[in-house]
Amino acid sequence: MKTVQFELNGKSVSVSANEDEPMLWVIRQQLGLTGTKFGCGSGFCGSCTVIMNGEAVRSCTLPAIEAAGTKVLTIEGLSSNGELHPLQEEFVKSDALQCGFCTPGMIMNAYGLLLKNPEPTNEEVVIAMDENLCRCGAHGRIIQAIQNAGKQMKKSVAP
Amino acid sequence: MNNDKKINKRVLGNMRNPFGMDRRDFMKRIGTGLVVAFSVGNTPLKAGMLAQDDTPGVNAFLRIGEDGRVKVYVGKIEMGQGPITSLPMEVADELDVRLEDVDMIMADTDLCPWNEGTYGSLSTRVFGEVLRGAAAKARAILVKMAAEELSLGVTELETRDGIVRSKKDSSKKITYAQLTKGKEILETSVGDVALKKTSEFRIMGTSKLRVDSREKVTGEALYAGDIQIPNMLCARILRPPSLGSKLLNVDTTQAELMEGVEVVRDGDLVAVLHPSQHIAGKAIAKVTAEWEEEKVDINQDTLFDHILEVATESRTLASEGKLEQGKEAAVKNINSTFLDPYIAHSPIETHTATAMMEDGRMKVWASCQTPYPTRDGIAEELGMDQKDVQLLPIFVGGGFGGKIYNPQAIEVARLVKLTSKPIQLVYTREEEFIYDRLRPAAVVKIDAGLDEAGKISYWDFAVHQGGGREAVHFYDIPNSRTRTLSAPRGAMGHPFYTGAWRAPSVNTNTFARESQMDILAAAAGVDPVEFRLRHLEHDPRMANVVKTGAERFGWTPAKGPSGRGHGFAVGIDVGTYVVVFVEVEVDKNTGYVQVKRAVCCQDMGMVVNPQGAILQMEGCILMGLGYALREEIQFESRKMLSTNFDSYAITQFNMAPEIDVFIVDSKDEVPYGGGEPPIVVMGGAVANAVFDATGARVFRQPLTPERVKEAMG
Ligand code: FES
Ligand code: FES
Repeated sequence: MKTVQFELNGKSVSVSANEDEPMLWVIRQQLGLTGTKFGCGSGFCGSCTVIMNGEAVRSCTLPAIEAAGTKVLTIEGLSSNGELHPLQEEFVKSDALQCGFCTPGMIMNAYGLLLKNPEPTNEEVVIAMDENLCRCGAHGRIIQAIQNAGKQMKKSVAP
Repeated sequence: MNNDKKINKRVLGNMRNPFGMDRRDFMKRIGTGLVVAFSVGNTPLKAGMLAQDDTPGVNAFLRIGEDGRVKVYVGKIEMGQGPITSLPMEVADELDVRLEDVDMIMADTDLCPWNEGTYGSLSTRVFGEVLRGAAAKARAILVKMAAEELSLGVTELETRDGIVRSKKDSSKKITYAQLTKGKEILETSVGDVALKKTSEFRIMGTSKLRVDSREKVTGEALYAGDIQIPNMLCARILRPPSLGSKLLNVDTTQAELMEGVEVVRDGDLVAVLHPSQHIAGKAIAKVTAEWEEEKVDINQDTLFDHILEVATESRTLASEGKLEQGKEAAVKNINSTFLDPYIAHSPIETHTATAMMEDGRMKVWASCQTPYPTRDGIAEELGMDQKDVQLLPIFVGGGFGGKIYNPQAIEVARLVKLTSKPIQLVYTREEEFIYDRLRPAAVVKIDAGLDEAGKISYWDFAVHQGGGREAVHFYDIPNSRTRTLSAPRGAMGHPFYTGAWRAPSVNTNTFARESQMDILAAAAGVDPVEFRLRHLEHDPRMANVVKTGAERFGWTPAKGPSGRGHGFAVGIDVGTYVVVFVEVEVDKNTGYVQVKRAVCCQDMGMVVNPQGAILQMEGCILMGLGYALREEIQFESRKMLSTNFDSYAITQFNMAPEIDVFIVDSKDEVPYGGGEPPIVVMGGAVANAVFDATGARVFRQPLTPERVKEAMG
């Protein structure tokens, strides 16, 4: 067991984790944030995606000890004071979900994309999102929502 | 009896005494106000489907409380198809309240009446009417009460937004809340109030966004695995290497040595428990066991020979005219064999359940489509009284028919009973594959012929080891026969569990029928749209769907293969008529198929929430591309080789075509199924478009690059 400290959604946290304990279970069980989902446990579906130091990562295959000293953002940290982030807002407006189980991972992965590329083309969204799986078939609307959110975010930071 | 009727009968027939409690208990549990309880058999539209019964079972009810809010109690669950959004629309419209004033209480087995489950597109089709009837009755009662209060005649009153008011003098009014205050009224006779006509709808028929999105985009929405109980343990269960294996011996000592790990053994159930999911996973890996595996000489390629061999029991579903006569009239015969593999449901949420004992009662949160049968199953397994088991409401992360069966809920309840501790069981993706009730693999043989005029003179359809739903064609064919062939009782028909995969059997039967229609059209040298229409003269509703789809797609007549990569298929699912046209691009070197564009038209009767219907249509197109192009369970003997998304690929973003979906204006006032229609035609549409692009016909799904390449020669 090792003690691991990192910043989670803006707050400093400290957990004890096994050498190979995945971040996913630390977040869900020790820290009690259940928005980050388990879908496959092997890095194939993306439903466990979180942001670590500005990069979208799959928390099911990320040993928690590697998060030491980093800044981690989960779906719970995206909205502030009850106000939805533009990505969340656009997912709602576009009805870009059905069962919603893939949704937190989709949004976090998209967040990682928009950090790097605020106005991605359709093709760029597809490439970035391709390995996030949605069984309900919300793909088209998810692409739309991400592009709209990019535009919204740009507007809100523009002078 | 066709399958649709069978489903209805099952649903309707099972709703005798869902509560098993008397009136007073009922009101005590629900609270005061006006309560209208309703059973499916009483709806005006379904009247006569059930024999009269003195003690009508309750299928749903709604309560108008003193605060004016309407609480609707239904046994349905929300797994993505949107009843959480559409059912309140129906209530609000019939009752004349604002949509925001309706609260849904879904599938809490203590509060909501018994329900068979959420599948088969039943929610709107059958259940919506139940609710509408209840709401209409509630409105009628309120108007009557208001008439007394206001000293006006019932016909002088109108209702809007939870208020009854005089038509002439709008200052004379009273709210529903005022009317129900302090009252305790239970109404159960409800077949006598007419439902609104489509032209009177104010909310139904308008598009509404999902009401559950906000909680889903913030991560607040709770699924079965999100329930966290103090001192809860995570379970992992010892699994056999292949289905049907017998446990010879097991050694748990290594696991027991691990700190904090508890090992539970109860007959064939061997489980490890630990507060951490991660450690429970490590512990189960330390359990060693010896198994006797059952060996059968079969894999995903030899499977079809096995099916043809074992499926010997023939049942004729329909026959018309005389096949012999049709054969004599034929100038061309086409005998085709279509092959469908096993496919998995693969919801992104695996089967999950969390349970605990509280005051001698078992509380369960399970990712399931069938809370009531699951509750009953748990009670039976544990020898508990049904009323001592409660399933609580929870979002379900996709079901598609796969969560009708819930072994995880039974397992977790057994473990809770054995240990008296709260326990959570999250199936791994591997477990999800092994214990899934797969879509059955099947072989469909169709022998058909064309007469001199280019019309089909006979059609002999036989589905082996698939199901019969929508196996019977809907074309004008004078001589035809439809059969199912199944393994006799006791024989191993399928090496895996099989079950209902979204629109069960319809995908298989539609792929085969529509491929064969396309083959016949090409053999007749006729444009495939024209060919369908020639055989749809008796069915203007279907002909209209085909024509509308063709127009929307921009179809120009040409006989296949035209090289353009255009194809389509039509089908029926739970009364809804559907067509999908697609445009594909086929890489001639690799055989890779990219669907560029999909246009879908459906006639689904009355539509409650067009936006919700459109989401389902789009979803079905995208999910359907998975089975059409890549989904196939790999296995050897009874061992599953598809264990995760690396060995079982589903639809990904790069496969998403440009989609245009369109709901045809329907003359029907009744709703048909809207949960799954377009998925049934995706296989046929893609196969036909690939033929149109390349001239190559692929008879085996999915249309992997290898198969397409091989067919191109
Ligand atoms: S759960 Fe992490 S990628 Fe699937
Ligand atoms: S919305 Fe259900 S998996 Fe994406």
